[in-house]
Amino acid sequence: MKPKHMKKLIYHVLVGGFAILLLYPVFWLLMSSFKVSEQIFITADVLIPDPFVFGNYAQGWQGFGDYSFGVFIKNTAVFVLFVLIGHLISCSLIAFGFARLKFAGRNFWFAIMIMTLMLPYEVVMIPQYIIFAELGWLNSLKPLVVPAYFGHPFFIFLLVQFIRTIPRELDEAAIIDGCNTFSVYYRIILPLITPALATTAIFTFYWTWDNLLGPVLFLNSPSKYTVSMALNMFLSNETVSNWGAMFAMSIVSLVPVFIIFFIFQRYVVEGISTSGLKG
Amino acid sequence: MNTHMKQNLWGYAFIGPFVIGFLAFTIIPIISSLYFSFTSYDLFNPPRWIGLENFEKMFTSDPRYLHSLRITFIYVFVGVPLRLGFALLVAMLLNTASRAVGLYRTMYYLPSLIGGSVAVAIMWRNIFGDEGIVNLALLSMGIDPIRWFGDPTAALWMLIFLSVWQFGSSMLIFLAGLKSIPQSYYEAASVDGASFFQKFFNITIPMLSPVILFNAIMQTIAAFMTFVPAFIISKGTGGPLDGTLLYSLYLFKQGFEFFHMGYASAMAWVMLIIIAILTSLIFLSSKYWVHYESEGGK
Repeated sequence: MKPKHMKKLIYHVLVGGFAILLLYPVFWLLMSSFKVSEQIFITADVLIPDPFVFGNYAQGWQGFGDYSFGVFIKNTAVFVLFVLIGHLISCSLIAFGFARLKFAGRNFWFAIMIMTLMLPYEVVMIPQYIIFAELGWLNSLKPLVVPAYFGHPFFIFLLVQFIRTIPRELDEAAIIDGCNTFSVYYRIILPLITPALATTAIFTFYWTWDNLLGPVLFLNSPSKYTVSMALNMFLSNETVSNWGAMFAMSIVSLVPVFIIFFIFQRYVVEGISTSGLKG
Repeated sequence: MNTHMKQNLWGYAFIGPFVIGFLAFTIIPIISSLYFSFTSYDLFNPPRWIGLENFEKMFTSDPRYLHSLRITFIYVFVGVPLRLGFALLVAMLLNTASRAVGLYRTMYYLPSLIGGSVAVAIMWRNIFGDEGIVNLALLSMGIDPIRWFGDPTAALWMLIFLSVWQFGSSMLIFLAGLKSIPQSYYEAASVDGASFFQKFFNITIPMLSPVILFNAIMQTIAAFMTFVPAFIISKGTGGPLDGTLLYSLYLFKQGFEFFHMGYASAMAWVMLIIIAILTSLIFLSSKYWVHYESEGGK
């Protein structure tokens, strides 16, 4: 073999092998979910299930009490959908204001917004909890969803950066043609920022789908549980050897994340590479 | 109405949601939280003013707090450099023209994509179990199995490994940074006979330093606030022997398990101050190691 080919082979064995090693736990979780529960840790060293069973999925899907896992998925989907709509509307409006309009106090509010990016949630968590309790919003989606309609600093910043790359001549031409400020936003800017809105939507989906602290704080009846909370329940009920069902539902919870990733991979990679969004 | 007024009205019409949201969900809670931090408050009885007692207790008579602070610092200052180191190493390996790079990039990114989920925390808990695949791997290499859930130090390492495992998003940022370094710099250095390490320390690191700074700050803040893995892996206890009782988890327990809302608020403020100090220190240090192109070099 030529030295050049040898070098290439070593590279692929090393880089590819390390990638497989990193992902091995995920394969193991996937394969274990098709094993008979009692066998999972006895045969932990074998990847391929023997026998190959689907029973864990059927059992896990039954959920708890009267609520099947389908209920938790539906709850999470509703949660994600409302947050998604909120972020897309509010963040695009706010970003347009910061990027394109001149008004007194703009720099002040922009600085404030950047500061809130770094604010730990723990600082506002307890008072927010008390406020939502006073409003009678506990055990409903409201505390989790309503704040999304007031913007999210990360996405506002992302959209501002994106709008700034659009030539101002477009706005000016539209104004000469008789557009008011709102139509400039709605007809000119909004269609041009769809890639950044896609990034916003995708990351909103990821963060909301995975959110555990919010639901744990604000939801308490099992009928309203999200997928994250249901998995947490599986863990607290983890008795003798019911790992199979827990693994199966863990896999189910990851499926939408993978699907969205493989469809929108380009936006995800660009979103992280260019703006440093945390994946 | 003059144009100035009109411009202001339009401006606030657009950013209005942010201003209202900031007042309602951020500034009012921040002020309340500051007030609660000087009180004893259990959510059911009105807050009672106790001055600095919460802060005094934290640093003088709550060993659990000091322990939690200590292991969180270990978690952050071991985990973040390891994570960034791996990210840079893999980004450099992937910064080649090979056709397989796209696939590798996806594979290395996947752990970051799913890393924050409960599912992955459950997976981690199980691969590190007594009969889990990590111990099987150790055994096959002739190393004695480790009781990850029996020893607080081992349990903390388990959390650090989980954080390092998710180096993929930083790797993507580094990869974008590496691609923007002009190839001609390396070629010129090669002509002058520079070694790999000379090129690494004199071209790669300085050119990448603004990206490293950004990553270091964001990852440090995020790591300090880590909650889900500690909560799930220890089943909400922070055990064994408080080995995984990261700051956020202890704060959560003080607030929502023991209903010490005043104490938890005081903890949140100390956390804010620590994060502010860490961020400023990283920023201040940056003038010694971060290189900006526009300054024409150092």
